[in-house]
This record gives sequence, structure tokens and C-alpha cells, in this order.
Amino acid sequence: MAERERRLTPPYGGVFVARTRVMSADDINRAIWRMAHEIIERNHGVDGVMLVGLQTGGVPLAQQLADALDKIEAPEDPIPVGSLDVAFYRDDIGLRPVLPEAVTDIPAEIDSMVVVLVDDVLFTGRTIRAALNALSDYGRPKAVQLAVMIDRGHREVPIRPDFVGKNLPTRRDEVVNVGADGVELGEMVK
Amino acid sequence: MKHLLSIADLDADDLHELHRLTDSFVEVGQRPIPKVPTLRGRTVVSLFYEDSTRTRLSFETAAKRMSADTMTFSVSTSSVKKGESVRDTVETIEAMGIHAIVVRHSSAGVPWQVAQWTSASVINGGDGWHEHPTQALLDSYTIRQRLGSLVGRHIAIVGDIKHSRVARSDVLAFTKLGAEVTLVAPPTLLPPNLDGWPVNVSHDLDAVLPKVDVCYLLRMQRERMTEALVPSLREYTALYGLTRRRASLLSTDALIMHPGPMNRGVEIAGEVAEWPNAVMVDQVRNGVAVRMAVLFLLLASEGPVGE
Repeated sequence: MAERERRLTPPYGGVFVARTRVMSADDINRAIWRMAHEIIERNHGVDGVMLVGLQTGGVPLAQQLADALDKIEAPEDPIPVGSLDVAFYRDDIGLRPVLPEAVTDIPAEIDSMVVVLVDDVLFTGRTIRAALNALSDYGRPKAVQLAVMIDRGHREVPIRPDFVGKNLPTRRDEVVNVGADGVELGEMVK
Repeated sequence: MKHLLSIADLDADDLHELHRLTDSFVEVGQRPIPKVPTLRGRTVVSLFYEDSTRTRLSFETAAKRMSADTMTFSVSTSSVKKGESVRDTVETIEAMGIHAIVVRHSSAGVPWQVAQWTSASVINGGDGWHEHPTQALLDSYTIRQRLGSLVGRHIAIVGDIKHSRVARSDVLAFTKLGAEVTLVAPPTLLPPNLDGWPVNVSHDLDAVLPKVDVCYLLRMQRERMTEALVPSLREYTALYGLTRRRASLLSTDALIMHPGPMNRGVEIAGEVAEWPNAVMVDQVRNGVAVRMAVLFLLLASEGPVGE
């Protein structure tokens, strides 16, 4: 079935082989704190701010950002953190195997909130395009902002990030892997 | 996966995968706008040679919530009345450019046959006494939702097993997911040969009820009973109906399930059907999400890989 076939079938199968480490775990942590300060500066605090991590890579980063925001601003209620899976909104359905990774969880009404979408890597921008469509099915946010740990270029739609951990020039065929212990640049080997 | 023809074709991993996917579509159903654009431009046809309300409406709701176009083919107002064969009907529909056909027919095997004649995905919406796979998926999903897992659970399926495609699909799905199944029915309503069925059989409902986690009641299918298999419906109710007294034998957290439509007062007392542990409404609600998961898996999750 699809999930197992997807893992086994090229070009989505294969093993990630790292070539260089571009950020350490500490570097990620420093970037998180800087981005948290930027989010606060842009929004004049954290009132009405909600973080939504994109499945799967953006979810832990959204939680880390929320923890940092809670520590810096100490709001009365912790900042709401949700997760969003955009599989049903992708524009490449039928072109490649697509399956949702997890159930979407939007913890509060998004109407009149500032929603900060959080993802690990910004590449073509198509995932963010899909996420904007998905968000509009939940309501009408006051504003949507985008925070990414790595901006690797090669945009295919007019989307830009508001908060960036690191700008990383890449070739299209390279793969960026963001994990708990850092960011690596490498490629998939069949 | 190209077609969904029977539970027999699936293994436990496939069932778990479909349940996991169903979780995502249950969430879609709870949104302010319960509609996703996933199947835009795809067409789903329901080709029903037999009466149905919930299965057909459930599939059409599922398709519409995924932005697919739907066409309904009902035999009573179509060229079948003029003597058109199933094959000609399928080829005609296919020529209009469709992506999935949901087939229900009173003869076992028709969905297989249809799959030979079309390049669209075929979903079995019930064939004769044989199988009704999406019903088994929504039943097992509902049990998993309420009880956490089917592993080690004891499930009684009560009633007209012989004529029931739901029972055949459910037995396969429940046992593949690790549950123990007991069939409870008078001998005349059991299949003549149960060799190879991974089930226990009992004719004493009162003895079985205290031990089960799920009591699954089947409808007395008067339209399929061409012979006198039970002396009367009243006698059936006296021996095998889930009356108020019998239902009180169930443990307090045991589920009562029914595929519908219910004959209140025959296989289930009207009052018992309203108990909080009777999950028929959950079954119908989950039915839409399960069918969205099936349509998604057949029509959207795979593409021309590697192009």
C-alpha cells in the first residue's frame, strides 16, 4: 500500500547521506531565540499570536519557538501552538505519492489572530501555498507570517519568509535535513 | 492500491494505514468548512443495482467533501430498464471520463467483473452475500475509536450471518486486527460450511453477552429470505433479539453496533438502540471519513511515480 510503497519507490526512497553540517544544535537554539525576539518586535508583543507548525518538520520548531516566546514575554496564557498537515491541499496530487503524516490540530479560533506558520525548510514555496489554502478553511486570520529555520532558495511561487534562521544557498538536487542535533546538507543516495 | 474489492485482499498493516488516514478525515469533518480540494477534477460514480440510502449518500458526501464531482446511476431510471447489460453500462459510463466507480449489486463478484472492464478504480459497495468492505472499515474504525484497539477484544456478531455480506467482511477485518469473534445465530441462519472461518459459534446469546466487548447485531434481511429459515420474527426476537433484559447482561462499557437499517423491535429493542453505548450514529459519521480515506488512497495518494 501507498505508505510502504512510497518509502520503497524511487525517487522518494533512498537514504539521506550528509555531506556537511551547516548548523549545530546550539546554532539552531540561538536562531530560535533571535527569531522569537523578531516575532515579538514585529507584533509588539505576543497578544493574539498563534504558532502553527507544518507537519512534520515544523512541529518541533513551533514548540521550541513557543517556549522561547513564553519565556521572553511571560504572557498570562501560554501561546497557542497547533500543527497543520497540508497533504489534502497539495498541487502535486496525482504527480507523486502524497499521504498525510498526522492529524491537523488547530487549538483555537484563528479569526483575528496573527498566525505564524513554522516550517523547517523553505524550498519551492508550494507547501506554504497549500498551508495558506488550508488555513483559510479554518477562518480568517488577522495576518499570516512565516518563520523557517532554513531558506534554501529555488522558489516557484511568490512567497517570502518573515523570519529566517539561516539563508543557505543550495543546488536543486541537494537535500537539507533539519534534525534535533543540527542541520545537514547532503543528498539522497539510491 | 487500485481497487477496493474485499477485506480479504488487505492485511493488518493496510487496515491500520486506512484507520490512520481516517483520523485525518475525521478532523476535516470537524472543521468550520469541512471540505478539502484534494479530488478536484475527479469524478466518482455510484453504480447501485440494489437499494441503498446510507452507503450511497455516505460515498457521495465523502466525494463531495473532497471536491470530487459525483454522478449517481440508479437502475430504476436508467437504460438497464431497457435491457442494457452491466458491461455496456460500465463502458458507457467510462467513456464519459470517470475516475472511480462504487458498485453495489445483488450478485457476488460483480465488482471484480467491473474492474476487468474499466480503467477506473472500483470500490465494492456491497456484492450479494459476499463482502461489504467499507462497512467493515467503518465498523473496525468505530471500535478502535471507542475501545482504543481491537487486539484481544471479544466481538459477538448476532443474527442472519448466512445472508450477510457485512458479517463476512467484519469477521475478516476484526480477526485480522486481533479480535476474537463469536457468531451467534440459529443454525438455519449460519452458512452451511464454516470451515476456515476464524470464529467461534454459539446458539445461546444469553451465555455470550456477558463476555463480549462488542455486540454487533445484523439486520433480519427479509428481502433475501426466500425460504422459511425462522418460524417467525417474534420467535427470532424471543431467542436472538437484543431486548432490554438481554442488553442488561452486557458489561457496562460494551458497545452495541448495527450496520442499519435497524428493524426496531426485531433484532434490537427500540429503547436499547438509544442507549449511550449504542454507537450507530458514530458508525454513520465515521462512514463518511472512512470512505474519504478510501477515495483518497485510490485516487490521490499515488501517481505516476518517478516521472
